[in-house]
Amino acid sequence: MFNDIAQYFRTETLPHIWCPGCGIGTITAAIIRAIKTLQLDQNKVIFVSGIGCSSRMPGYLDFNTIHTTHGRALPFATGIKAARPELDVFVVMGDGDSTAIGGNHLIHAARRNIDLTAIVINNSIYGMTGGQTSPLTPHEKRGTTSPFGNLERPFQVLEVAKAAGATYGARATAYHNQLLTKLVMDAYNNSGFSIVEAISQCPVSYGRRNKFKTPADMLLWQKEHAFKAGQQPGGEEDFQIGEIFKRQAPEYTHEYERLRQRLREGR
Amino acid sequence: MNKARLMQGNEAVAEGALAAGVLFYAGYPITPSTEIAEKMAERLPLIGGTFIQMEDEIGSMAAIIGASLTGVKSLTATSGPGFSLKQENLGYAIATEVPCVVVNVQRGGPSTGLPTSPAQADVMQARWGTHGDHPIIALTPSSVQECYELTVKAFNMAEEFRIPVILLMDEVIGHLREKVVLPEELTIVDRKRSTLPPGDYIPYENNESMIPAMANFGEGYRYHVTGLTHNEKGLPTGNPEVTKKFMQRLTQKLNPYLDRIQLVEELYLDDAELIVIAYGCTARSAMEGVHMARNLGIKVGLFRPITIWPFPQEQLEKHADRKYLVVEMNNGQLVGEIERIFGYKAVERLNRIDGELITPKEVLDRIREVL
Repeated sequence: MFNDIAQYFRTETLPHIWCPGCGIGTITAAIIRAIKTLQLDQNKVIFVSGIGCSSRMPGYLDFNTIHTTHGRALPFATGIKAARPELDVFVVMGDGDSTAIGGNHLIHAARRNIDLTAIVINNSIYGMTGGQTSPLTPHEKRGTTSPFGNLERPFQVLEVAKAAGATYGARATAYHNQLLTKLVMDAYNNSGFSIVEAISQCPVSYGRRNKFKTPADMLLWQKEHAFKAGQQPGGEEDFQIGEIFKRQAPEYTHEYERLRQRLREGR
Repeated sequence: MNKARLMQGNEAVAEGALAAGVLFYAGYPITPSTEIAEKMAERLPLIGGTFIQMEDEIGSMAAIIGASLTGVKSLTATSGPGFSLKQENLGYAIATEVPCVVVNVQRGGPSTGLPTSPAQADVMQARWGTHGDHPIIALTPSSVQECYELTVKAFNMAEEFRIPVILLMDEVIGHLREKVVLPEELTIVDRKRSTLPPGDYIPYENNESMIPAMANFGEGYRYHVTGLTHNEKGLPTGNPEVTKKFMQRLTQKLNPYLDRIQLVEELYLDDAELIVIAYGCTARSAMEGVHMARNLGIKVGLFRPITIWPFPQEQLEKHADRKYLVVEMNNGQLVGEIERIFGYKAVERLNRIDGELITPKEVLDRIREVL
C-alpha cells in the first residue's frame, strides 16, 4: 500500500507521531495520491502547515516543507505564493489551527482568492494538547475543557470560506479517502482559494470521551453520517461530502501580475 | 554625481530598501510608519516585486518569512502595538534563520499610547520581545540620511547572518524631512546560497562560519523548515545534545562578526569626564547639548550606539572610568546595559516619557547637574 507513494516521503523520518487509530495518516496518503496522479514536480510543491497533530504532516513529506506557527500557515503560504506564483502551494491545518487562532487568516486568504490548496483536517478536537474543545467540536460533545458537554455551537468551515470568497469547497472523510484524493485534485485544479475539509477521527482525545469504543466505530460513524449531493440528510449529525461549491472569480496572483504588466506598459 | 534630495525618514527607508534589492513587502497600516507601506505599494509592482496588505501584523510577519524562503528580500514596517504582534513570528524567523527586515517606528506606549508622538520605549521589546533565548540585531538611525543607509545595512546584515534585523526608528526620525545624499556606490550583500548538489545540502549545518548556506524554495533543494528545535537537516528533535548544539550556534552565531555589526559614533571622548550616551532622535538633542557644554568649557563627549543590539560593549569599554549620562525617551531601558558594564553608581539618567522630545537645553542642564 505504501510503496506506490514512498517516493513522496522522507522515509527516514518515519514512524510518524500519530496515535494508533488516528485518521491523519490515511488522509496524508489520500493527499499524496492526488499529487502523484496530478504528476506534480516535487521540486515545485510546497507544503505549509500550522501547529497541531495534522500540522506535523509536512515533516514526513519530501517536498519543500514548512511547519509554521499556530494558526499562521495561510499567511506564510500567502507570502510564498505571492512571491513565486509558479509554485504549487498546499496548506494543511487542523480544525483549531485554521478556525480558532487562524480564523482571521482563513477568511482573508479566501477573500483574496489566492491560489492555495487548503486542507482542513477536522478531528473535532485539539488532539496534540490532549483533547480540548475546538470551534468545530459539535454542540454538547465532551472535551477536557468542556467536561460537562460543549455549550458552544460549531460553525461550518466551508460555509465560512464560501461567504468570505473562496472559489472551491469540498468535504470528504478518512473513511471516504478515495473521494478525498479526487477532491484534492479538483481543489488543486481550481485557480483560486480552494478548501477541502477532511473529517478525521481522534480516538484518543475525542472518541473515548464521546462514546466511541474503537477507532473503527468512528470510521463507521463517518460512513453512516455522510451523504452526497441529491440525497437527504437523515439527522442532525449528517453532513454532505463531495464538492460543496465551485465558482469563478479573479485570482490574486493573476491580478497582481496584470497590474505589473499594466504599469510596465505605462497604462 | 551625488544626488541630493529632500526626503522624509519613512520615505528614505523605502528608498533604502529598494536600493538594497527588496522585492516583497507585507504590512498592515499603523501610525507613524504607514508612509513606508504606501511607498512600497506604489513602487514594488513597477519593478516586478510584490506589495501585499495583510489582514494583521501577525500575518504580515508570516508573509515576509514565506517570501524570503523563496529567495526574495522582504520587508515589513510597523509601530509599537504592531511590533508586539510581530513578536510571535519574529521568533520564528530567528529560530529558522530566515533573513528579513522589520522596521519599528516607535511611538509612545504602553498599549495604544501616543500614536503620533515619538518614544524610544521599545528598546527592550526589540531585544527580548519574543520568547526564548535568541540573538537579534537592532539599528537606530538618527537622521534621514541614516534611515536610507541603515536600511541598506539592515538588509545586508539580515542576508549575511540569516537573521531578522530590526530598524528601530521613532516618530521624529520617521516624519523628519531633511537632505539625503544618495551614495554613488552601495555595498549590497546577498545571502550565501548552497552550491552543493541538493542531495548533499545540509540546511542547518554547524559549519565554521556558524551561518549555514541557504537554498530557495522551489529550486530542487527539498528541505524542512520548522520552529521546533531542529537538527542540521532541519528536522524536529528533542535530543538534548542536538538541542544544545543548535542553541549554541544560534545564540552565538553573531559573535565572530561583532566588529562589523556594532556601529557607533563617538564625539569628544578622549578628554571627556562625562560621556553622554544617546541614540535615535534623542542623539540629535544630546549632540547639540554636548556642543553647548563644550562651548562652556565642560569636558563632555557623546557615545552614540547606532547598533543597540547586540550592544557595542567593547567599544564603550574603551572609555572606562568616566561618568556616564544615558539620555533616552523612555523610563530607562538601554541604561541597564551601561549600568551592567560600569556599575550603577557611575551612571546617571535623563528620561522623558510624555511624548515630547528631550531638548538640547535639558541635556545641557543635566550635564551641569551631574558633573
